[in-house]
Amino acid sequence: MQEILDRDAVARGLRRVAGEIVERHRGVEQLLLVGIRRGGVPVARALARWLLDLEGYDVPVGSVDITLYRDDAATALPNPRIGASEIPGGVDGRHVILVDDVIQSGRTIRAAIDALMDYGRPRRIELATVVDRGGRELPIQPNFVLRSIEVPANERVDLLEEPGGLRVVIQPLTAPSTYPARP
Amino acid sequence: MSEERLTRLLGIEDLSRSTAERILDTAEVFLDVTRRPVRKVPTLRGKTVINVFYEASTRTRTSFELAGKRLSADVVNISVATSSTKKGETLRDTVATLDAMRADVIVIRHAASGAPQYLADRVRAAVVNAGDGMHEHPTQALLDAFTIRQKKGSIAGLTVAICGDIAHSRVARSNAQLLRVLGADVRLAGPRTLLPRHTRFLGCPVYDRIEPAIEGADVVMMLRIQQERLGGAVFPTLREYARVFGLNRTRLERAHPDSIVMHPGPMNRGVEIADDIADGPRSVILDQVESGVAIRMAILYLCAREPGQTVGA
Repeated sequence: MQEILDRDAVARGLRRVAGEIVERHRGVEQLLLVGIRRGGVPVARALARWLLDLEGYDVPVGSVDITLYRDDAATALPNPRIGASEIPGGVDGRHVILVDDVIQSGRTIRAAIDALMDYGRPRRIELATVVDRGGRELPIQPNFVLRSIEVPANERVDLLEEPGGLRVVIQPLTAPSTYPARP
Repeated sequence: MSEERLTRLLGIEDLSRSTAERILDTAEVFLDVTRRPVRKVPTLRGKTVINVFYEASTRTRTSFELAGKRLSADVVNISVATSSTKKGETLRDTVATLDAMRADVIVIRHAASGAPQYLADRVRAAVVNAGDGMHEHPTQALLDAFTIRQKKGSIAGLTVAICGDIAHSRVARSNAQLLRVLGADVRLAGPRTLLPRHTRFLGCPVYDRIEPAIEGADVVMMLRIQQERLGGAVFPTLREYARVFGLNRTRLERAHPDSIVMHPGPMNRGVEIADDIADGPRSVILDQVESGVAIRMAILYLCAREPGQTVGA
């Protein structure tokens, strides 16, 4: 297991991205952060804390589960558990920032955009990810990235959510999942 | 993932508790989908669902049809009145024909108990039982369990009274089995002529009056008196049935103060259930209808998926 971003690096990176978001949007009042389940949700929450820190405004955080929108939904993993999507206040007219831990092919993001559109008509959708590992199969690029790094196909990028904060490691595809068991 | 795959749904009797709970959990997500501005997901695009109804049933067929359409599947309905059974085709040939058209899921309702099993053993498509004779109606039981869970939080430890024509009702059979598997205490009640011969049925106590079954119950489930199925010799008149076995305000007072009242529909108002109860605050009859679409979406989703290679996100 190789650490590519320690807790401080993730915290500093998120603070920088929060600053860029504030600058580009001239404030945060119209924002809605939507974490893609499950890896994007803790990142969206952490980002919201930095935005609160910078602007004194509590940006709402939602989540979206893309299982039903995957382009391989009918053939992939046997019976995946589908999580709930929560979009506080809906997306109509909002500036939505989709948040994920890692972007690779872009297919997850495509699915998440489709899912969001079924909740209404957002004014704009942007994308923030912690790691961009390359390997795009669709013309989708993140607007905000903490770290771009080429990762071999037989390795996996994992965001670890720990009491002390978030950090990012690379490990073999065959390593056991780092996601905690569902309640 | 080690969970068993759902490749058919023929009855509650061959459903494990974990699979039943998995269907209920999946339906929670689909209930959310049916409450959004866009009540549709692209999940089963390119899949075909065929509803074959050898018995009339507007509500169950519509529920399955909506469920399939909200998953973006192509849905075709075949009802007996317009089908070639009138021209003498056998069930086996009809179904072989549908299978050759590459249906992914065949939903069947048939007056003969066991017809879905017969079919499932002969086709590639996943088969879902939408009610077979006096045998089972598993999707009704699942939607009832789902409704109870939504209203009560959980099913384990609840007391459920199922009242009416117990002997002939596939709804009663499927419900009693499922609710017991999920940990409820189930009581069955009805007139003696509409009860099974034994004092216990499917492991549940049987009463020949509804009062003792309703006493303290958390859920009171009334069954439809199927006038079309009964010869007429089982009770004197509908009026007498309503007077002795119908659910009215006085009888409902025996149930738990927070109890809910259910009915699979269509109701005979003023027979098995009084108007003011059917429309009253404890009635969850329309919630059952809403649950029905979500449960059938969950079942179609779980049955229509094919085993494939694992693809990364």
